[in-house]
Amino acid sequence: VTSLAITVVGHDRPGIIAQAAEVLSQCGMNLEDSSMTLLRGHFAMTLICAGEADAAQVEAALQPLVNGSLDVTVREVPEEPDLPPLGPAYLVTVHGADRLGIVARLASVIARAGGNITDLTTRLSGTLYLLLAEVDLPHSSDVDALQARLAEVSAELGVETSMRLIENDQL
Amino acid sequence: VSLTLPTLPDGRVLDVIRAPSQVLSVAGLSVDPADPRVVQLCADLVATMGVSPGCVGLAAPQVGVSAQAFCVDVSAHPKTRTTHGLIVLVNAEVVEASRNEKAREGCMSVPHITGDVKRASKITVAGLLPLSGERVLITTDAFEARALQHEIDHCDGKLFLDRVIGAHAVHPRKVYLQPRDPGDS
Repeated sequence: VTSLAITVVGHDRPGIIAQAAEVLSQCGMNLEDSSMTLLRGHFAMTLICAGEADAAQVEAALQPLVNGSLDVTVREVPEEPDLPPLGPAYLVTVHGADRLGIVARLASVIARAGGNITDLTTRLSGTLYLLLAEVDLPHSSDVDALQARLAEVSAELGVETSMRLIENDQL
Repeated sequence: VSLTLPTLPDGRVLDVIRAPSQVLSVAGLSVDPADPRVVQLCADLVATMGVSPGCVGLAAPQVGVSAQAFCVDVSAHPKTRTTHGLIVLVNAEVVEASRNEKAREGCMSVPHITGDVKRASKITVAGLLPLSGERVLITTDAFEARALQHEIDHCDGKLFLDRVIGAHAVHPRKVYLQPRDPGDS
């Protein structure tokens, strides 16, 4: 079994997913995890699929999709072990006036604290910049120190930042 | 049940401030409900809410004034259960809250984004009426409870963006394209 990572990026129109999924199914590739959204109006999809076809076969089969307005990449990826989270998950929210380096500065604060960003959304809406990051923190990390450092860097950037524990209601 | 509000002066329609703006991110000062400037501010909030389509609440920071004053009126909204009609309060706080529910919120100060926010669906709010300064307790639920918490957050320098529930909990506000009128040229 090979695992393939596929990205499709480009001009949005109805039917891209239907067409891509049909091609994968005909290649015998099982669509596993996928994520699709519109980024500033551009269609953007990333997925992992697994089956017997190789990257070159799938890439060739996806060619009709490209049609001048979409970029498709297909790459074989190794099996990744399903690791348990490092520790509790937090949501970091940031909003403020757009400027260069907001994500870079704040993500590096998180990285230095050993935090692993597992999900990220950023949006630019007019002059408002919004960043939402879900972060797993190791049990050993000093949450108060990280919060203080995020507040310090946010003040330098002129943005508002909050960090909250993500509630998981186990049923 | 409607709130018996003192008669406010005529309000002026003010511009609504949009994020990013510092005034939306600092906690408002508590104010003297009898101060004529506060009374006028309350009237202005009501007037501005009244001319804004779909607006069910407006807080002082949204018109550029860092103060704890807001108005809410959800009486015409389909998600409303209990309603107190037009509510205008200063120095309000949530004194009891229970039964969290998730819903998608928008805000005139963040016009193009909506977000999923968990808030109490049963609350009691304490606050002062403008002019008279009478202390009132409002116990309510559902959409009115959500609107009150959203406005009290504004008075505390918080936006719904500070309370969204996850990295995928913000959404572009959908503005549907109107079918083109065949008579258009």
